[in-house]
Amino acid sequence: MSTDSKHSASVPNPSPLLDVRDLEVAFATEAGTVRAVDGVSFELAAGEVLAVVGESGSGKSVTAMTLMGLTRSPNAHFAGSAWFRGTDLVSASGEELRTIRGAEIAMVFQDPLTSLNPVMRIGAQVIEQIRAHADLPGASARERAIELLERVGIPSPRERIDAYPFELSGGMRQRVMIALALSCDPSILIADEPTTALDVTIQAQILERIRELREQTGAAVILVTHDLGVVAEIADRVAVMYAGRIVEQGTLDEIFHDPQHPYTWGLLGSITRVDRDRPERLPAIAGLPPSLADRPEGCHFRPRCPHAFDACTKVPSLERRGGASAGHVDRCWLDAARKRAVRSVGGQIGLAPSP
Amino acid sequence: MRTALGRLRRHRAALLFGALFLVLVGVAVAAPLWKDVAGRGPLANNLEGQVVLGGKEVNVVSLEGVPIDPTWGKQYFLGADTNGRDSMVRLLYGARNSLLIGVAAALFTTLLGTLVGLLAGFFRGAVDGVLRSILDVIWAFPVILLGVALGTALALGGLNLGIVTIDGESKLIPIVVIAVVYVPYLARPVRGQVLSLREQEFVEAARAQGAGPFRTMFSEILPNLTSTIVVFFPILVANAILLEAALSFLGAGVRPPEPSWGNMISVGVDRIVTAPHLAIAPGIMLMLTVLSLNAFGDGVREAFDPRAKLRMDA
Amino acid sequence: MGRFTVRRLLQMVLVMFAVSVLTFLIFNVIPGGDPAVRMAGKTSNDSTIAAIREEWGFDEPVPVQYVVTMRKVFTGDLVSYTTQLPVLDEIVMGIPRTLSLAIGAAILWMVVAVAFGLYGAMRAGAFGDRLITVLALVGISMPVFWVGALMNYYLGFKAGLFPNGGYVELTESPLDWAYHLVMPWTALALLFIGIYSRILRSNLLDTMNEDYVRTARAKGLSERRILIRHVLRTSMIPFVTLWGLDFGLVVGGGAILTETVFDLQGVGQYAADSIELLDVPPVLAVVMLAAFLIVALNAVVDILYAVLDPRIRITG
Repeated sequence: MSTDSKHSASVPNPSPLLDVRDLEVAFATEAGTVRAVDGVSFELAAGEVLAVVGESGSGKSVTAMTLMGLTRSPNAHFAGSAWFRGTDLVSASGEELRTIRGAEIAMVFQDPLTSLNPVMRIGAQVIEQIRAHADLPGASARERAIELLERVGIPSPRERIDAYPFELSGGMRQRVMIALALSCDPSILIADEPTTALDVTIQAQILERIRELREQTGAAVILVTHDLGVVAEIADRVAVMYAGRIVEQGTLDEIFHDPQHPYTWGLLGSITRVDRDRPERLPAIAGLPPSLADRPEGCHFRPRCPHAFDACTKVPSLERRGGASAGHVDRCWLDAARKRAVRSVGGQIGLAPSP
Repeated sequence: MRTALGRLRRHRAALLFGALFLVLVGVAVAAPLWKDVAGRGPLANNLEGQVVLGGKEVNVVSLEGVPIDPTWGKQYFLGADTNGRDSMVRLLYGARNSLLIGVAAALFTTLLGTLVGLLAGFFRGAVDGVLRSILDVIWAFPVILLGVALGTALALGGLNLGIVTIDGESKLIPIVVIAVVYVPYLARPVRGQVLSLREQEFVEAARAQGAGPFRTMFSEILPNLTSTIVVFFPILVANAILLEAALSFLGAGVRPPEPSWGNMISVGVDRIVTAPHLAIAPGIMLMLTVLSLNAFGDGVREAFDPRAKLRMDA
Repeated sequence: MGRFTVRRLLQMVLVMFAVSVLTFLIFNVIPGGDPAVRMAGKTSNDSTIAAIREEWGFDEPVPVQYVVTMRKVFTGDLVSYTTQLPVLDEIVMGIPRTLSLAIGAAILWMVVAVAFGLYGAMRAGAFGDRLITVLALVGISMPVFWVGALMNYYLGFKAGLFPNGGYVELTESPLDWAYHLVMPWTALALLFIGIYSRILRSNLLDTMNEDYVRTARAKGLSERRILIRHVLRTSMIPFVTLWGLDFGLVVGGGAILTETVFDLQGVGQYAADSIELLDVPPVLAVVMLAAFLIVALNAVVDILYAVLDPRIRITG
């Protein structure tokens, strides 16, 4: 598996591999227009791991799936662009997308049990993808499939290749999904909650696998998750999403040690840590995320934010305010000094309880 | 339940068809009124009679045995049949019979099927084993064959179960036959639902409170079955009406001279060359009735359980 | 797989036994009145009735009667007292006709239902789809005997487009054979096309929303391959098995009505004629045989299902 021509993770590349600008995705439903993604912009450099963090309904999965064109439907409306190697993924034709999907950008989904065709052998499902993008004869494709299964750590691949998905354990199935994703040597791997459906011990293994593979192939990874523990394990950069917008973006260090947005504080504060005293009550962010059909004016987090003030009725732009580096941006009107002051709750970073 | 009803109310096509069905029922109920208008009953033969048409006296049934065509007048509105009877009157009385039998059979099936499903699903074990075997055997017979077998056999000797004796000519026979034939179609899904419901907490809670099995079944589980039953019912009625028509067509249902859409079509088919109106009218009424029930049933299903995959004839 | 098959076949035998008992009960035990009188039918006199009582053992205890009845049915020792014709011969004569009707109709309905179902699913919500749904609803609301009769009259008799009923042996003239069967095939298929196209459409729509279809798309497969290899193939599994079951239903029941209307003189019509005369022995034989056929078919269908869907072999 050659890693030099396609991806050069060692040499900094000035033009990003993926350039998402002002992406908007809205769905027309019975309950009104649901604006799932509301002006999301980010860049992805070759070989880096970007974690997109947020709770259910934040728009992170929709963003990821839109990059692959999987959200296209008669009642979906798109705006903005996502540039990948000279093609705008948002407006590309079906056929253009088809050649990119699976070959240059690949995806691993959340639930491997339902994401694999239950009546088709796993080998056949891998071979099918290989042959969709390369003109390989059956025997070679099969060899390649066995190779892939071995790479993702499936024991006895030569026998297992003819198994049905229901004959494998959850962790094994997820490995098959990863094998599928890697089969055509993609430059970007999108993983949508890859470990959420698995139990904790398997989670670690899968993450390890993803990390190894990234090192071997130099592919960039977009990791969509709500689990900050997973983020800490593997991410280079982090984008925090809330109610359809990115509210903070920066390197892993910056987000974890110098977070600039109250929502991020809330997320960090709600992690229970083994190395600290157990808090009396598990801290949680008060209130609920807004309905995506009917959102608050201005900053979306305003109704739940204990630090909201009059400026917050105007939408904060995503820019650098208190962050150390140029890449550390956020959407909070509070000035840097005030942020540093209020984000310390009980000696740790967290969100103050509502006044 | 309320939200489902609300959804149904918004489904205008379904409501329209439901109304159509009620209109048809109303028309059938009003049959005696028409009898007065037409001046004769459904069983009144009139082979020798004559009627005034366009000023002339015409034989109701011609010398070759061909009955008159629809007159669109008060008498013989839809023409006559080969016995000189008024087709319109027979059509309306046939509607009464067909609808009565269809609805009654569906009600019976619902009662019996729900009971069997409840008992089998709740008690499981031996009770379930026995009931399921009986259901499987009934299920193994194609609907028409079983109906035909029962209908024929019972038409001859009536039903004699010791406590209950029904005469072979009674309308209860087709009702019972159709009801029994369709029991598995309802009992199986009900049983399935009961099996899963009984594992739920509110059932355990009721038993912890000391509720006996029958009380649990009827006050806790049964109310949760309503949406399944409600969804099934219109389609059940539609199929019961169709089965009655098929059985009567073959002679194993409502037997002449009593009218039913099925046996009227049978006579009509025999005479279709000379008097097509005899077959067309009952067929159209039958089709409209079943269509309105099916369409209404579709709407009910979408409103109550959009994810259900209903299948009556499997 | 082998164990599953054996288990299923054993089940089949058990159900057949139960079916035979039930048929026997229906005809000889449940109804009131004298079974010998019933068996003798309309044209009966006292000596015939007495002879029947002797022959069928109606004075003996019920289990003995059961054995006698079964023996008579399966050795072909059944005679209709009304027509004086041996039942088995009549049935054997009618079988090829009934099969011609059933198989032809089944193929027709399968092909058209798949076409309509696919079309409806791909153009869900569009005018064409809604039109098909309405037609399907009408199709299942029309009794097959009525439709058949009207077709026969308008297309056959009046317009002369098709022959006015009757049956031509395949061996005599394949073209004529098919020509005579076009209307019966259509009439019989209409009902099932209505049901099946809607089922397939709904199965397809459900499957199209499944996660693994999304994965297939993410793999960069062509829409055509996704439709056929993933969506259609999995949707077809329940569809095909239902088709198998309904084929049994058609042979068992629907055929009766269609054959009567078009005068095809198949097994179904034989049964129908006997019913009208309230002639029991033929009805008994046909019912028993048809039910057996269906039980056997059910077993075959279940086994077929296990072949198509490997998950069933473990759980089923």
